[in-house]
Amino acid sequence: MTLAAAAGTAAHATTATAAETHGFLSPTGVEIAFLLVGLVTLGAAVITVTTRQLVHAALWLVVALGGLAVEYLLLTAEFIAWVQVLIYVGSVVVLLLFGLMLTRAPIGRSPDADSGNRWVALAVSVAAAAALVWVVVDAFRTTWIDLDGAPAGSTEVTGASLFQHWVLPFEALSVLLLAALVGAIVLSRKAKADAATAPTTGTRRDTEGAR
Amino acid sequence: MTTTTLAVLVPLLPFLGAIAGLLLGRTAPGFVRPLAVLPTFVSLALAAVVAARQGGDGAVDAATELTPTGSVPVELALHVDGFAALTAVLVTLVAGCVQIYSTGYLRDDPRYPSYAALVSLFTSAMLLVVYSGDLMVLLVGWEVMGICSYFLVGHYWETPEARAASLKAFLVTKLGDVPFLIGLFALATDAGSFRITRILGAVANGGIEHPTLIALLLLAGVAGKSAQFPLHTWLPDAMAGPTPVSALIHAATMVAAGVYFVARLLPLFEASRAAMVVLAVMAAVTMAGSALAALAQDDIKRVLAYSTIGQLGYMTGALAVADRGAAVFHLLSHGAFKALLFLAAGVIIHAAGTNSLAAMSRMGHLRDRVPDAYWTMTVALLALAAIPPFSGFFSKEAVLGVAEHVVTGHTEHAPAAAGWIVLLAGLVTALFTAAYATRLWLLAFRGQGTEAPDHGRQPLTMTVVLWVLAVPSLAFGGLAFRVLPDWFDGQDLTPTLTTSVLGTGVALVGGIITYATWRHTTAHAASRVPLGAVAAHPEGDAGLVEAEAIASHEAAYGDIASAADPSDPGRLLLGPLHRHAAAGFHLDAVYTALFVRPVRAGASLVRFLDREVVETYVRGAGALPRWLGAAVRRAQTGNLQTYVSALLAGTVVLAVAVVLVATGA
Amino acid sequence: MHLAYPAVLSALLFCTGLYGVLARRNAILVLMSVELMLNAVNLNLVAFDVWLSRAAEETLHSGQALALFTIAIAAAEIGIGLAIVLAVYRNRGTSDIDRLRDTAEGHGGDGPDGDVPGGDAAATRAAAEKAEATA
Repeated sequence: MTLAAAAGTAAHATTATAAETHGFLSPTGVEIAFLLVGLVTLGAAVITVTTRQLVHAALWLVVALGGLAVEYLLLTAEFIAWVQVLIYVGSVVVLLLFGLMLTRAPIGRSPDADSGNRWVALAVSVAAAAALVWVVVDAFRTTWIDLDGAPAGSTEVTGASLFQHWVLPFEALSVLLLAALVGAIVLSRKAKADAATAPTTGTRRDTEGAR
Repeated sequence: MTTTTLAVLVPLLPFLGAIAGLLLGRTAPGFVRPLAVLPTFVSLALAAVVAARQGGDGAVDAATELTPTGSVPVELALHVDGFAALTAVLVTLVAGCVQIYSTGYLRDDPRYPSYAALVSLFTSAMLLVVYSGDLMVLLVGWEVMGICSYFLVGHYWETPEARAASLKAFLVTKLGDVPFLIGLFALATDAGSFRITRILGAVANGGIEHPTLIALLLLAGVAGKSAQFPLHTWLPDAMAGPTPVSALIHAATMVAAGVYFVARLLPLFEASRAAMVVLAVMAAVTMAGSALAALAQDDIKRVLAYSTIGQLGYMTGALAVADRGAAVFHLLSHGAFKALLFLAAGVIIHAAGTNSLAAMSRMGHLRDRVPDAYWTMTVALLALAAIPPFSGFFSKEAVLGVAEHVVTGHTEHAPAAAGWIVLLAGLVTALFTAAYATRLWLLAFRGQGTEAPDHGRQPLTMTVVLWVLAVPSLAFGGLAFRVLPDWFDGQDLTPTLTTSVLGTGVALVGGIITYATWRHTTAHAASRVPLGAVAAHPEGDAGLVEAEAIASHEAAYGDIASAADPSDPGRLLLGPLHRHAAAGFHLDAVYTALFVRPVRAGASLVRFLDREVVETYVRGAGALPRWLGAAVRRAQTGNLQTYVSALLAGTVVLAVAVVLVATGA
Repeated sequence: MHLAYPAVLSALLFCTGLYGVLARRNAILVLMSVELMLNAVNLNLVAFDVWLSRAAEETLHSGQALALFTIAIAAAEIGIGLAIVLAVYRNRGTSDIDRLRDTAEGHGGDGPDGDVPGGDAAATRAAAEKAEATA
């Protein structure tokens, strides 16, 4: 129980009493919904990392991210859920799809979607999963989240805390986004400069290939 | 100035001259010659003043201890007695003559500055040996002489003969110097001091516990330095150096240092009868063997080198019969006439363009080309052969007289056996000495055949010196034998009738037999096959001619020492011995078998061990890391996913370990 | 709700993403897997924030704020990452991670057309395409 103590000693007294009243064998409705959506999310994620069709992977990623948004809703974090839908499902996945197309990813089953490192990767991730799940379950099996009352992540609450307590990081983050924007543009501009000299580089590559 | 100050200045001046010569040799070539000649002559004058003031009275002793040096103190000590004073005069005289001679002999030599500086340094070291009253200080001069000899013998280092000869001279003398050093330490331990006076006092009181051991150890060093059997082999080869070097180092001074050393410590050697007998046997073998070898040599300088060994044998013989007066008397007169012989030989080699007696005997009128060398060399050869009234006669008769004295039992200082050995060997050697002196004279000056090349007159610096040295060769013995006992131990040096008649008789016999043989061999004119090689640049300066002559001797005659000349009287006289005598009785071969081959075999063994055994271990030590490196390199595939997999696997392991430790499982 | 549910789901999602990062060949698929991992972290942050905001009356909402920041940073990361992947693809003619082995020891690294069969053709195709784009 060391980890539980480390995670939140202050909350221990209340959760201990709450956990006694809430067993794992008598789930509430929210828990059932969370479990079902979680299974879908996990399944979609697994398919994302295993499918041989690259575009399908992106689409299954949408399912997984959407499932996560539902989970946020179930955890009463509304604002995060909508942000998740907006940014991830709306823009990131679209970006990824653009990337797939721009790199001429093959449509349909590609036999070499996985590298030769697959079995090592499987072993490492299964070991990591076992270790994490063991630790997490061991630490938090009695911890109870009280979801009743006012939602913990409504837009009002989140906005208040963000602009009361987190203004400075928020502004710093905007600078970071700006830097990322500039960086992305610079990288693409370089590619355009390359494209201007593409014929010469192409022939050079041809001669190298001939060698 | 006091006598002590003057005596200190005597070795110091040539030393300063040498330093200045080395420093200024390149920047101010004009000063090199004055810097070489003047300090030596000032030293000569000072040494003469010291000798005059000392005058054979009590020894001048002075000492100062610079710093405490452990249990046995080393002091800067001066001990000038009659021996030291006269020997210093001889050394400075010969050195001065050689310096003047060198200015002409090495006129165009580019390395003359360093040569002259080394000669000055050598002179200084020899004077240090002569005047020193402390054995450690004496050893300093002794070793400096050795290294100077190495450099000067190797003056013509372009020729392989000179390189080999300089190395040989250095190594062989060092072979003797190692036991010499041990002997010095043993002596100082027994006597409690390095001071000669205290050591002699300890000897007189019987304070030396191991006289035989010490004397034998010291004798090894003496044999190396004074070229006595069996360590004499370096001297004939050292003739690859320039002639003035041979005259100064290998005739008059350095080789005399060993004799002088024994003369200084003679009471110590007298304390051991075994050492005296060993000394006598050494002297006898050296005398007789070197005289035979000299008769077979073809190179004029090698003849003189072997004769030097023989005359040094006379000196050690005199020491073996416990008369240092006779030994130093012979040292002085021999120093004069042997220096003269070498310098005259240098002139002859220059004039003839060859150092081969066989080639000279095929030249007519060589003596007319070099009249100064002819006359002075005749005087010196007569002195060498001990014909009265030349100085060699008196000194050699002094030796033989003392030996006879011992044989007839008039002294208790030396065993009679030593007397017999020295006397008989001395008489036999006198016969051969006269024989090879006559042979040398006949072959060099009475040659018949094509006219000798005419190079004009020899440089004045070279000929004047010959006459300067001819005076003591002619008259020193006769004038000095009555005066010298006052300077020495007081023993009579007057020739006795018996030995005089015997010695002169055998010498005359030897000369006459050689002459007859020579007449016999030259009578067969048909047998005078053409022979000989002459230097390629006869117009060059004398040093260049000599270097070429030495370098071409082996190429022209097949051997560095002898020539296949059927008209050589030495060949007829020696008969079947000639072949062995020419090779120095194969002592070099013995050394090769005893030392050179084992050392080479050891070296190749070490090389084998290093290359094969040690290197295998080194390679083996390198192989394991190399294999490990290859294995690690195989992991560097460049595939990032592999790297990250390994990284995360390690992270998981560490995390699990941390959790297990934290929960105490 | 038991905190164990979101925590376990987050751990499993994270390891799924981990597998994808380690096993996928295409660089864009790797980026997707990275997104999965980031989302797993977000889920953790939100769940713990909700728990702590109730149980300990923690009013800072640091978990949700951090989740928002993570989302923003993930968006930036995906933009930069895709730009890099595209640049690599233009230069090399491939976006396969296990063919970008310039750091390999020994065999001098495979350049754009090293031992990749068809890589040369892809490169020329890309070059032609770029030429068209500029024209």
